[in-house]
Amino acid sequence: MDFNLTEERQMLQDGLRRYLADATDHDKIAATTDGPTGLDTPLWDALTEMGLPGAMFTEDQGGFGGAGFDIMVVAEELGRAGLPTPLIDSALLSGTVIAQTRPDLVEDLVAGRILGFAHAEAGARYDLSHVTTRAERTADGWRITGTKSLVQFALAADGFVVSARTSGDVTSQDGISLFLVPGDQVTLRDYPLNGGGRAAEMTIDATLPENALLGEAGTAYTLLDTAHARATAAQCAEALGLMETIKTLTVEYLQQRKQFGQPIGKFQALQHRMADVLIEIEQARSSVINLCGNLDQPERDLHVSATKNLIGRAARLVVEESIQMHGGIGMTQEYALGHFAKRLSMIDHRFGDVDHHLERFIRLSMARAA
Amino acid sequence: MDLGYTDEQKAFRDEVRAFLNDKLPKRLSDKVAGGKRLTKEDYEDWHAILNDRGWLGVNWPKEHGGTGWDAVQRHIFEEETTKAHAPRIVPFGLAMLGPVLMAFGSDAQKAHYLPRILNGDDWWCQGYSEPGAGSDLANVQTMAVRDGDDYIVNGQKTWTTLGQHANWIFCLVRTSKEGKRQEGISFLLIDMNTPGIEVRPIVLIDGEPEVNEVWFKDVRVPVGNLVGEENKGWTYAKYLLTHERTNIAGVGFARAGLSALKRIAGGQMEHGKPLIENPFFAAKVAQVEIDLMAMATTNLRTISAAAEGQAPGAESSMLKVKGTIIRQEINALTKQAVGPFAAPFISEALDEGSNVEPVGPDAAMPATQAYFNNRKLSIYGGSNEVQRAIISKTILEL
Ligand SMILES: Cc1cc2nc3c(=O)[nH]c(=O)nc-3n(C[C@H](O)[C@H](O)[C@H](O)COP(=O)(O)OP(=O)(O)OC[C@H]3O[C@@H](n4cnc5c(N)ncnc54)[C@H](O)[C@@H]3O)c2cc1C
Repeated sequence: MDFNLTEERQMLQDGLRRYLADATDHDKIAATTDGPTGLDTPLWDALTEMGLPGAMFTEDQGGFGGAGFDIMVVAEELGRAGLPTPLIDSALLSGTVIAQTRPDLVEDLVAGRILGFAHAEAGARYDLSHVTTRAERTADGWRITGTKSLVQFALAADGFVVSARTSGDVTSQDGISLFLVPGDQVTLRDYPLNGGGRAAEMTIDATLPENALLGEAGTAYTLLDTAHARATAAQCAEALGLMETIKTLTVEYLQQRKQFGQPIGKFQALQHRMADVLIEIEQARSSVINLCGNLDQPERDLHVSATKNLIGRAARLVVEESIQMHGGIGMTQEYALGHFAKRLSMIDHRFGDVDHHLERFIRLSMARAA
Repeated sequence: MDLGYTDEQKAFRDEVRAFLNDKLPKRLSDKVAGGKRLTKEDYEDWHAILNDRGWLGVNWPKEHGGTGWDAVQRHIFEEETTKAHAPRIVPFGLAMLGPVLMAFGSDAQKAHYLPRILNGDDWWCQGYSEPGAGSDLANVQTMAVRDGDDYIVNGQKTWTTLGQHANWIFCLVRTSKEGKRQEGISFLLIDMNTPGIEVRPIVLIDGEPEVNEVWFKDVRVPVGNLVGEENKGWTYAKYLLTHERTNIAGVGFARAGLSALKRIAGGQMEHGKPLIENPFFAAKVAQVEIDLMAMATTNLRTISAAAEGQAPGAESSMLKVKGTIIRQEINALTKQAVGPFAAPFISEALDEGSNVEPVGPDAAMPATQAYFNNRKLSIYGGSNEVQRAIISKTILEL
């Protein structure tokens, strides 16, 4: 048993932490979110240079990482900085699909190319197999029609991995196919997100060549599931980083803010609550470690659901307690906490919320017992 | 023991309902129900409608143009207006300053200010908190120094809710640095149009400029604007806070929030079924509903004790703590209910008449906004920690 990072990962972590501490802050993130694409391109380029997307792929695939703990190290640092990036969508969701089906394109992703991931739909909630977008064979390729929701960094992407149904009914796991769709074949309505970054509603009416199909027709569900497991691990690690920053901000505030002639951190009522926050963050860290260590193991899905549920609960506690212990200042847009708290609070609204994963955990855990 | 309303109270409830049915503009109730942004004029319109009926001074006695209602009638009124999605009554003039002036103001002040509050001539804001005086309110540092017939005021107030709409502010100012801190505070009325006052907006995490900083630089305030006696302001300030805490349980808001939650969760489909039928989610909704049912009775118990002449003292702290926990839980569940669409934030879509469409269900963006905004419930009006301290000291005598 060894809970230390390898030397490479330690270097990546240190480098990212140092760089991001200087390169960004919540004001810059807010300005980028209000900007045209939601992406700070020079920053993304610099992070690419540091090996961010590359660390999401194995050496065989053309990267230099790809394991659960590579994901953890990188995503936690992005969380600490509160920085929205296309890492999850491009390198992990689209990236997992691309590595399996179009290995020739991994190189581009490692070099920072952004491929958006257009899978979620308005009626799907957190149901991974819910796909109404249709793909029909034509004489020389495919015609895809439908609408996708909440496609992150859509305006920064030059193409998309799009899921579409080639057979089966709306929620059937069979019959889902994936396609590579150029950016100019879709219409976007884009908008800012709580906690930073932008996303878009996407209307697709595309005529595509035969080779737009990624993998085999109708069998994409398993690959989608793997991509989402990896993305969820990244998102949970990001949540952990967000929690760490919130903890630091709150502890500093408890030490520095004086009321009744003493630092409010001297009030036992707050000390005990901050201690509980710390305990839950340590639990969150262990849970993320459990998940990242099991990402390529048979019990992956059990851990995905365990961790996503725990992170959702811990996140709510951390968000609410940190704002409360700050008093009025914690409610303002100007102070950094607000950004981190909002971003952390949104984690439960993607890839399944606490209840979704509790239900799934029960199912998987009972199956394991049986 | 009788849990029902008397016939008289029922008749009163019907009268309130009929009035709301008749007079509450759909334009306003649609905005409130839809979580849209309310303008200054929206509040003023609603105040004027209530004032026409003689129902604006909800907790004012008849002699000052108020309703003269007892605590149960006020409760019924609050419950019916929130259920009908009426805008809230802006509390600063009506619920806060009014009672202070009635109790401690001069006859001239009462005659001048009270009718102006009812008629909507003045919009008041509350200048209590300062950067260094939050929970520790007695620490106010804004100075008022006597100079002939004026005070000269210097300092800064903060968190001033809707100060951008206000033309008057009531302030706690320091008039003495001698003795106990509480004994050097005065209660001063300040015209916001006086030279030397600057109002700077503070944007909250939900993106709304709901509060402000108010800066005072050599602001001349006539001595006649002092309420009561110099250096007695702390007594008046605390009197005001007990009034601020009437209705603190927010049962009406919680009920309105709960029914919205059920409606929203009934419309969100999950695996082909409404979310409200998911046992995990339904259990949480049921728990908060159970809490609210008990809370409503805790509230009525406190209210009826008050109606019989007992002042709700530390009990109102209990109502505040539990009431805000319940409302915040309802907000959290509503945000959970809207699912992935809690994330988009399109500010323009909250404006009346905006042609910018929201993304996802209409309820989504207001749900997230309300969740973040209502974190304030447990912070302001005496934080929940401060309320717990009051309970343990006053009720438990620990
Ligand atoms: C949206 C909003 C609107 C507001 N509107 C107004 C307004 O119109 N006018 C106005 O005057 N004020 C207003 N306020 C200010 C409000 O009353 C203060 O925020 C509140 O009194 C808390 O003070 P603070 O923010 O300085 O926090 P602090 O007092 O610094 O408290 C920080 C944390 O420490 C805790 N704490 C403090 N002392 C103790 C203790 N002894 N024991 C245990 N815990 C303690 C608090 O509970 C809180 O969790 C508003 C605030 C908000 C958020």
